[in-house]
Amino acid sequence: MIIQRAHAWLGRAWLAAGFAFLFLPILSMMVYSFNDSPIPNVWRGFTLKWYQALGSDTALLAGLWLSLKIAFLTACGAVVLGTLAAFALVRYRRFRGRTLFAGMVSAPLVMPEVVIGLSLLLTLVSLQRSIGVPERGMLTIWLGHLLVGMAYATVVIQARLRDLPPALEEAALDLGARPHQVFWLVTLPMVAQSMLSAWLLTFTLSLDDVVMSNFLSGPGATTMPLVILSRARLGLNPGVNAAATLIVVAVGVGVAVAGYLIARAERRRAQEAAAAARA
Amino acid sequence: MSTTHPTNNAPTPAHKRVRTGRGGRWVVGVPYVWLVAFFLLPFIVVLKISVSEMGTVHPKDLLVWKDGGLQVMGDLGHFAAMAADPIYLGSALRSVQYAAITTVLCLAIGYPFAYFMARARKSVQPLLLMLVMLPFWISFLLRAYAWKGLLSPEGWAHDLIVGLGLDTLMAWLGMIPAPGQLMNTPFSLVVGMVYTYLPFMILPLYGTLSKLDLRLLEAAQDLGATPWVTFWRVTVPMSQAGIIAGSMLVFIPCIGEYVIPELLGGPETLMIGRVIWDELFFNNDWPRASALAVVMILMVIVPLALFRKYQAEAQEGPR
Amino acid sequence: MSPQPTVGAFLRVEEVVKSFDGTLAVDRVNLELTQGEIFALLGSSGCGKTTLLRMVAGFEQPTSGRLLLEGRDLVGLPPYERPLNMMFQSYALFPHLSVQDNVGFGLKRAGMPSAEIATRVEALLKLVQLSRLAQRKPHQLSGGQQQRVALARSLARQPKLLLLDEPLGALDRKLREETRIELVHIIQQVGVTCLMVTHDQEEAMTMASRMAVMHEGRILQIGTPDEIYERPSSRFVADFIGNVNLLDARVQSTTEQHWSLSTADVPHVLAERGPATAGTPNCVALRPEKIHLSRQPPEQPQVNAVKGVVREKAYCGSFTQYHLGLPSGAVLKAALTNVDRTAQSDPALGEEAWAHWSSTAPVVLTR
Repeated sequence: MIIQRAHAWLGRAWLAAGFAFLFLPILSMMVYSFNDSPIPNVWRGFTLKWYQALGSDTALLAGLWLSLKIAFLTACGAVVLGTLAAFALVRYRRFRGRTLFAGMVSAPLVMPEVVIGLSLLLTLVSLQRSIGVPERGMLTIWLGHLLVGMAYATVVIQARLRDLPPALEEAALDLGARPHQVFWLVTLPMVAQSMLSAWLLTFTLSLDDVVMSNFLSGPGATTMPLVILSRARLGLNPGVNAAATLIVVAVGVGVAVAGYLIARAERRRAQEAAAAARA
Repeated sequence: MSTTHPTNNAPTPAHKRVRTGRGGRWVVGVPYVWLVAFFLLPFIVVLKISVSEMGTVHPKDLLVWKDGGLQVMGDLGHFAAMAADPIYLGSALRSVQYAAITTVLCLAIGYPFAYFMARARKSVQPLLLMLVMLPFWISFLLRAYAWKGLLSPEGWAHDLIVGLGLDTLMAWLGMIPAPGQLMNTPFSLVVGMVYTYLPFMILPLYGTLSKLDLRLLEAAQDLGATPWVTFWRVTVPMSQAGIIAGSMLVFIPCIGEYVIPELLGGPETLMIGRVIWDELFFNNDWPRASALAVVMILMVIVPLALFRKYQAEAQEGPR
Repeated sequence: MSPQPTVGAFLRVEEVVKSFDGTLAVDRVNLELTQGEIFALLGSSGCGKTTLLRMVAGFEQPTSGRLLLEGRDLVGLPPYERPLNMMFQSYALFPHLSVQDNVGFGLKRAGMPSAEIATRVEALLKLVQLSRLAQRKPHQLSGGQQQRVALARSLARQPKLLLLDEPLGALDRKLREETRIELVHIIQQVGVTCLMVTHDQEEAMTMASRMAVMHEGRILQIGTPDEIYERPSSRFVADFIGNVNLLDARVQSTTEQHWSLSTADVPHVLAERGPATAGTPNCVALRPEKIHLSRQPPEQPQVNAVKGVVREKAYCGSFTQYHLGLPSGAVLKAALTNVDRTAQSDPALGEEAWAHWSSTAPVVLTR
C-alpha cells in the first residue's frame, strides 16, 4: 500500500471535518426544533410544542399535500417522457433534428430554473390572454416540474439503455419476438430499475422545487417549499425547524433503507455468481 | 413485416440496432413535440418579448398593421440598457464572480474529500457515498435555512466566530460589511453556496478518482516519484474529467441561483436571478426581464458549449 | 472461383456482398450447406465471417446476393420470421427470466400452449443435462451451464438451421474440450444443420464436417478439415492453418506421378502430383510434423532431404519443436512427437542434423 501513515491520518481528519461541515448545520437546525423559546437561537428548554403546532398548521399541511400530488404526477410523467426520449436518443441514430432534440432534452439540466420558469410563465400568460387557458396553479407548476424532471429522467434511463447489450434484443428477435414484443418483454424489464431510480429522483426534485414553483404558482396553489420560503424570508421560525426536522428524518430513513436494500441485493447477487462459478 | 436497416456505418455489432418501424415515429415524436411546445416555444417567446415594447399590462405586439402595412415594432433598447445600467451589469458580473468563487472553494474542499473517500477501505466507501448523497436529497431550501440559523445573531456559529475575533479579519477582507454582522453578507452567501453545491463537486470527482488505476501510481513511485509528485503529476491530470465535470455542475447553476441569495445574501450580493424576478414581479417589466433572461442564457451557454466540446474530444481521444 | 450450384442444397449463399460505406465486408461469397452437416467458417477477426452469419440470421441485409434456405430466399425476411436460430457468443440469456423461461421464450412467441411448452422445455433441459437448474436465473449459473441454456434455447423451436457464433470462445481451455464433444453430440442427436463461425482453428477442425477459410470478405477454400490442412489451395491458407514451411520453388521436370522441383533451401524436392490445379507451381508447403530429424543421413540424401544445424529446440510436452538452420540461411520448422519418454537419440541444440520426408509430404502450390 502506498498510503503513508501521515497520509491516512490527514485523510481521516479531512473526511471528518468535511462530514461535520455537511451535517452540523442540519443537526443544529434539528436540535433547535426542540427549543422551548420564542427566540429561536437561544436555548431555553426541551419541548415538543412546535411539532404539536404543525398538526394544526393548515397552510403547511395544505402545501405538503399539494406538493405530494404534484411530485407524484411529475414523477410519473417524467418517467414516461424520459423513457421515450431515452429510446429516441439511443435507438434512433439518425433522424431529422436529432441534435436539436438532444440539446432540448438536456438543456433543462443546466439552464437556470429562473430562465425556464420565466419563459414558461410568459408563454402561459400569453396563452391565457389569447385562449383563456390555462390558469396559473397546480397544472402550470406541474408543467414546469415535468420539463425539468424529464431531463433528469432521460439522463438516468439513457445511461442504462446505452449499456444494454444489443445481443439480448437480437436474441429475442431471433427467437420469434416481434419488435414491440421485444420492447415489452426484454427491453423494458431491463431498464425497469433505472426507471424506478428516475421516478424517485424526479419525485424528490419536484418536492423540493422552489424557483419554478415560485414563478408558476397561482392563488391557492402554494407548495410546501413556497410556504417554508415565505416564512424563512421573514426570519427564523421554530415551526420551520420542526417541519425541516421531520423532512430530514423522512429523507434520511428513505435513503438509508434504499441504500441498505440495494447493498443487500448487490451482495446476494455477487454471492450467487461466485457460488455458480465454483459449481 | 417491417424492414431492418443498419443504423450505423461502422461494421461493429455493438452499434447495431433494429428499428421498430412505425412505432419509431411515436417514440421520437411524442417527446419531440412536448419539448418544442414547452421548451423551445417559450424560449422563442422570451426572445420575442425581449425586443418588444411594454404596454400597460402586457407587451405590445411585434407585428402591427399600421397605415395599411405590416410593421415590425422591435426595440433592442433593453439590451442596450443591460450594458449601460450598473445594476444589470453589476448583477451579471457579480453572478459570475460568486459562481467562480464557489466553484474554486468547492474544488479546494471537495477534491481532497473525494480523494480520501476513494482511498478509504472498499467496504466503507458505499456508506461514505450515501452520507455525501444524503444532503443532496434534503431540500436545499432547508439547508440554506440551516445556515441562516447558524449565522444569525444569537446563532452559535455567529457567537463562535465573533468570540474568536475572526469577524474583524473578515470585515477587513471585505467578506462582511462590518464586524458582528455575519448574516446577509457576501460571506454568508458564499458559505451557503459552497455548502449547497459541495456534493455536486464531490460526486463526479469521487467517480473519477475511485476508478483510478492504483497500479499507475505504483508504477510512478517505482520510477522514483515521491507521493507529492505522484499526486500532482499523475493523480490530478488523470482526474481531469472529474474536475471539469464537477466544476461545470457547480459553476453553471450557481450563476442562476435565486434561493440562496434570497435567504442568505444581502444588498451587496444582488445576483441576476433576483434581478429578473424583481423586473418581472415588481416592475411588471416583461421585456426587461426577458432581456435579462437572454443575457443569462448566453452567460450559461458559453461555458456549457466549451464543456460539451471538451467532452466530445475526450470521448474521441482514446479511440 | 464459385462452384456450380447443385440442385437441392440446403442452405445456399449466392454471390452475397455486403459493403459498409464503400468498404467490402463480404465480397461475393458463395457457399452451400447440405442438410445435417456442421459447417464452420474460419477466419481471423474482421474477415467478414460474423457479418455473413448475421446476414443469415437477419440482423444485417446483404447489399446484393441471395440467401436461400431450402430454396426460399431469406433476404427481406425479419429475424423473427426466419426458420433458423442463433446461439450468441455472449449467450445473451435474459437476466430477468429463469432458465425455464429462457428456454421456453421462443415457444411462447410461437403461440404454443403452456402445457406443451412445459414438456418441450423439460425434454430440452434433459438433453443438455440442466434439469435441476430450471428455476435458476442466469447469474446463478456458471459459464458452462449458461452455454447449455443458450443451446437449449436455440434448439427449442426446432430450427431448420442452427447458427453458432464462436461457440467455445467464452470458455476456458479445460472446459473447451468437454464442451466441444458434448456440443457436437447434441447437435448430431437432434440432427439439425449447423453453420458456425470461429477464429479458432482447433474449434473449426474438430467440430465441423466441412469448413471454409475466409479472409478479407472472401472465401479462400472450402473443404473437409483434412482437405484444407493437407491440401491447402494457397500459401495463405497453408500458413493460416497450423504451422507450415513455405519454400519458393521451381519445377525442373514432371512425370505422371511426380513433380521434381528445386528450391533455394532444399536442392531437390520430389512431390506426388495431386489433383490438377490452375497455374504454374511456384511454392512447396511442408508441415513440420511430416519432417523427420536424425543425426544420420537418410537413405537418399539428395532428394527430399537437407542438412542443417539445430538452432532452437522447444519442449512442448507431447512433441518437441525444432528450428533447423539451413545452409541457405532459411529456417526449417520440424516437430517430433515424443514417443519415447527417455529418448536420447533426438538431435540436441547446436548439433547438425538431417531433415528428411517422404514424397507424399510436400504440397505443391501455384499461388
